[in-house]
Amino acid sequence: MSYTLIGKHEKDSRANRDGYVSAMLELMEQDKSIVHIDCDLMGCINTGKLLKAFPEQTFNAGIAEQNAMGVAAGMAATGLKAFIHSFGCFASRRAFDQAFLSAGYSQLPVHVIGSDPGVTAAFNGATHMPFEDCALYMTVPNAIVIDSCDYAQTYALTKQLAKQPGLSYMRLIRKGFTTVYADGSEFEIGKGVTLRDGTDVTIVASGILVDEALKAEEQLAAKGISARVIDMHTWKPLDEELILKAACETGAIVTAENHQVSCGLGSAVANVLTEKCLVPQERIGIQNQFGQVGPQDFLMEQYHLLAADIVAAAEKAIARKH
Amino acid sequence: MDKKQKMQQLRVFAAEIRLETLKVIASRGFGHVGGSMSMADAMAVLYGEIMNVDPKNPRWEDRDWFVLSKGHGGPVMYATLGLKGYYPMERAYTLNQPGTDFPSHTDRMKTIGVDLTTGSLGQGMSEAVGAALGNKTQGRNNHVFVAVGDGECDEGQIWEAAQFAAHYKLDNLICLVDDNKRQLDGAVADVMGHGKGIGAKFDAFGWNVINIEDGNDVEQIYDAIQAAYQVKGQPTCLILNTTKGKGATFAEPSGAHSSQPTQEQWDEAIAASEAALAAIRAQK
Repeated sequence: MSYTLIGKHEKDSRANRDGYVSAMLELMEQDKSIVHIDCDLMGCINTGKLLKAFPEQTFNAGIAEQNAMGVAAGMAATGLKAFIHSFGCFASRRAFDQAFLSAGYSQLPVHVIGSDPGVTAAFNGATHMPFEDCALYMTVPNAIVIDSCDYAQTYALTKQLAKQPGLSYMRLIRKGFTTVYADGSEFEIGKGVTLRDGTDVTIVASGILVDEALKAEEQLAAKGISARVIDMHTWKPLDEELILKAACETGAIVTAENHQVSCGLGSAVANVLTEKCLVPQERIGIQNQFGQVGPQDFLMEQYHLLAADIVAAAEKAIARKH
Repeated sequence: MDKKQKMQQLRVFAAEIRLETLKVIASRGFGHVGGSMSMADAMAVLYGEIMNVDPKNPRWEDRDWFVLSKGHGGPVMYATLGLKGYYPMERAYTLNQPGTDFPSHTDRMKTIGVDLTTGSLGQGMSEAVGAALGNKTQGRNNHVFVAVGDGECDEGQIWEAAQFAAHYKLDNLICLVDDNKRQLDGAVADVMGHGKGIGAKFDAFGWNVINIEDGNDVEQIYDAIQAAYQVKGQPTCLILNTTKGKGATFAEPSGAHSSQPTQEQWDEAIAASEAALAAIRAQK
């Protein structure tokens, strides 16, 4: 695992979806057993490029996600490695029994890509805004669940997923958000990345909240508070060792996610802390609410997903230390 | 061997499957007798004559595939595979016992010879479609057979899968509809009717449809599959007009979905099934 942090809060010139597509173009070239199945959303994540370059390995299942999931599992049983994409809400809620049984329980290599996670669904609104997609997949025994944050990470983790023998779910931010990592960065599934070291509190974030966490660290530093920042791109299997080390060394944790806190990264971290190292924890994320329509910056403010919210949570967690 | 001899062998195999199916379920005392027994003749034709399989190499990649999408028919599959030599028959008598490899619903990770996991109705159909597409894209010249129930056709997923199979011209896919007219809560026509009929629906979805007047007749099933093999560019649906519980003395009259008969009823049913097998064997 070697990475280069950029972390200057600058908008990524490339769309995250292109991280997925670039990785898939290379994977499909190298390995003819890699296939991509889409649900009439090729136009949204540019997988039309896959269809054009590898028509024998790319399939459109139409607007029928449940069948698409079963088809992916059946193809996987014949020796293929199936990637399947829909919007996160449909890739999880709509096709969940199929993902659970046809793929997960059947122990087949099916890699589900859920685009437009959480508030990034923006103008598609509440019906298209999954705050519980990762929660569903985390309930599947041995499934891998990933919330990737930018182009470089999406590219690298897509390459890693192709090697996995069972069910996985990866969130895919469709557009460019902010650049966290330099191209060529490498990541290991199940291993968090410590982006900034610190001693007073640890911020554990993923996806679009990684950049907010880095901003929060800078704002806390200006107040004389030393914060550690961890990019926890893999929610399951969770890097317990890294969490426990952070809990022991900094004595307070803030989790930050673009997802319901009650059944996502925040709760997964809380499970570890409760069982093995009880320290104060504050959870930034969706607080038992449905989605709504609006621009992403408005939604991040509305659901308190901004650096300022993380700063306040960090101060609260520190104040709760014994 | 001429066709007449072949058909006689298949009738014997079907009667053996019926007897073993009853004995497998009797070992636990209760189970899905109805939808297992209606499928016995189709299973005999598939595993006795049609399918290219190797019981000693069950995951041989060029084999023909079978998916029991109506996964609750597990016992008829276990009887068939046991008789075919995939495993010693007595292992199937652990049906639903703690730690068994023979669960109610067919499971690819548990039972040797089971190609895909089913039980949540509708899912096996999509899995079979995926297997057909996967085999085709890898240049294999094999077939995928999938058995669905008439009640199972209530599931929307069946029709999502049907449109996909037709769109991708999966002529290596043959779907057998076990049209036994009964589902758990009663007659299919009363619980949830199928409009102009399941065959008409598949036809509308772009499939080649063959109606089999007696879906418990091995020769009619065999002929229909041979006809299906001639059709290119389309998947085929065989509508098997079957009798639920066929050959089980306690289940056939009512067409019950699942049964828990008394020991006396089990003994009577197994004796009747043994007699039926002997009578078929005596035929020339």
